[in-house]
Amino acid sequence: MLTLAISKGRIYEEALPLLAQVGIAPTVDPDKSRKLILPTNREDVQLLIIRATDVPTYVEYGAADLGIAGKDVLVEYDAQGLYEPLDLGIARCRLMTAAMKDSAPVPRGRLRVATKYVKTTHRYFASRGIQADIIKLYGSMELAPLVGLAHCIVDLVDTGNTLKANGLEPRDLIMDVSSRLIVNKAAMKMKHREVTSFVEELRQVVSERSKQAG
Amino acid sequence: MLTEDNWLLPEGIDEVFPEEAERLEQLRRKIIDLFASWGYRLVMPPLIEFIESLLTGSGNDLDLQTFKIIDQISGRLMGIRADMTPQVARIDARNLGTDTPTRLCYMGTVLHTQSDHLEKSRSPLQVGAELYGHAGNASDMEVICLMLEMLAIAGIENVHLDLGHVGIYRELARQAGLNAQQEAELFEILQRKDYPELVTLLHSLTVSDSSTEMLEALIDLNGHEGVIEKARKRLATANESVHRALMDLESISKSLTSLFPALRINFDLAELRGYHYKTGVVFAAFVPGYGREIARGGRYDEIGKIFGRARPATGFSADLKVLARLANGKDDDAPSLRIFAPAVDDPDLHEIVRNLRGAGQTVIQALYGQTGEAREMACSHYLQKQGLTWEVFPVSD
Repeated sequence: MLTLAISKGRIYEEALPLLAQVGIAPTVDPDKSRKLILPTNREDVQLLIIRATDVPTYVEYGAADLGIAGKDVLVEYDAQGLYEPLDLGIARCRLMTAAMKDSAPVPRGRLRVATKYVKTTHRYFASRGIQADIIKLYGSMELAPLVGLAHCIVDLVDTGNTLKANGLEPRDLIMDVSSRLIVNKAAMKMKHREVTSFVEELRQVVSERSKQAG
Repeated sequence: MLTEDNWLLPEGIDEVFPEEAERLEQLRRKIIDLFASWGYRLVMPPLIEFIESLLTGSGNDLDLQTFKIIDQISGRLMGIRADMTPQVARIDARNLGTDTPTRLCYMGTVLHTQSDHLEKSRSPLQVGAELYGHAGNASDMEVICLMLEMLAIAGIENVHLDLGHVGIYRELARQAGLNAQQEAELFEILQRKDYPELVTLLHSLTVSDSSTEMLEALIDLNGHEGVIEKARKRLATANESVHRALMDLESISKSLTSLFPALRINFDLAELRGYHYKTGVVFAAFVPGYGREIARGGRYDEIGKIFGRARPATGFSADLKVLARLANGKDDDAPSLRIFAPAVDDPDLHEIVRNLRGAGQTVIQALYGQTGEAREMACSHYLQKQGLTWEVFPVSD
């Protein structure tokens, strides 16, 4: 039995076609069901539907053998006990800093940054030689500069429309983000054949797709 | 602090209640007896010592894991042990000056500043065995076999053994001419088997094509059958020492298979646990249903050098609390009776109590005026005077 942890929303929607190509399709639609464990057409594969930030935790603890998580979540989680063998190339976006249009790049005194990516933000500014105070928020980051809570924010940017609507502009790219396949270390060793053949099949599907796109 | 918080223990610090403590203690005795029967002699390193000797050759990871305090007598920094292995290595190097192989074992609490991701514990009960003074497959084989025996007497079944060799990566990195920072980066990537990042990194470095190919191959060289043959092909242009390491792994795996036919062996040449001080064969045990290794070890030949005597060394350790939790609670010893003795001052009673205790039974002496009878005291039997003699009766349901 292989258990794959995945988050609802964009990652789930974009992962479904990939999974379909390796012959895995959930038999229950998570939007219509309250089930958190989804059976699939294959008896030996099931999906766990959890929050995006919980995916590495489930996989590291071995509650799921595999998972699909954004690189942003993995870098923030600072996973030590996981393998990340494959870039799925889905749910692409960018992790960026953003600030009010026309505001000074670095304010006088200590820089205040609002974000949910506390560790990543701290590391990013430290690597640029800037000491920043970080304010952890759980959502609606764009509000923080408007009400004077922070000088800038660090968040995922896809189209940039939310930023624009709130009078902000994207500034510096911290990293490009896409979803990765992650694997529990013990599962890799004890279910080696199942896990590696799953990874290899997905790898082929992904490289086919990038050839077609490229 | 709120008064209702006063009883809380620090995060990751636990205590063990009677039932589990008894199981732990039984397991501890079984394991130390097993080690003794293989000639591994018990040592008890100190809980605390000067930081320099505690952190010798172990790298940055252990430094961050160690609690530190200032010694009021010498003004020097002391650390509370976070790993007993370097302490035992020091004992071998400084105190037991022989050239013959030395076998030592140990058991004790260690403290970590950061909790382990999975167990959440910051106070594991470390148990381990180390063999000094022999370089070669025979000593690696011996400690792996001893580790497997330890898991077997703990009643842990379906063990998977993961085998690797730190020397292979070390030599390939040297051959590629990487500097320390590049090597550290590559090491991180290999630990995550992060294929996309590996490709990006190798392309950004100026290393030869053959080195690039071999370092890329490492990430794929895992699994059971055919891994060593595949490694020989893909690492064909590697140095002699790499091929010697592959030969060692192959021969260890062959011998283990003949000794433990049910053992599942998995090779992983990119698994570099303890890379900063390990030098040769590394290994770890896994069981289904537990997301990480339950025991691990390997060769660390250079660690004694700073203490003035470099000796070949290999060994393993585990957390006894984890083993006890995974152990299949089979107790082969017949459980002793729990007998309640009344609060009567009678020389005959005192004698029979002494005899029963001497025969290995548990006798609980009632205290005059106490609350609770045999049943409430969780006793299975009680003592009562029948005519002229004291006799043991079962507690009726």
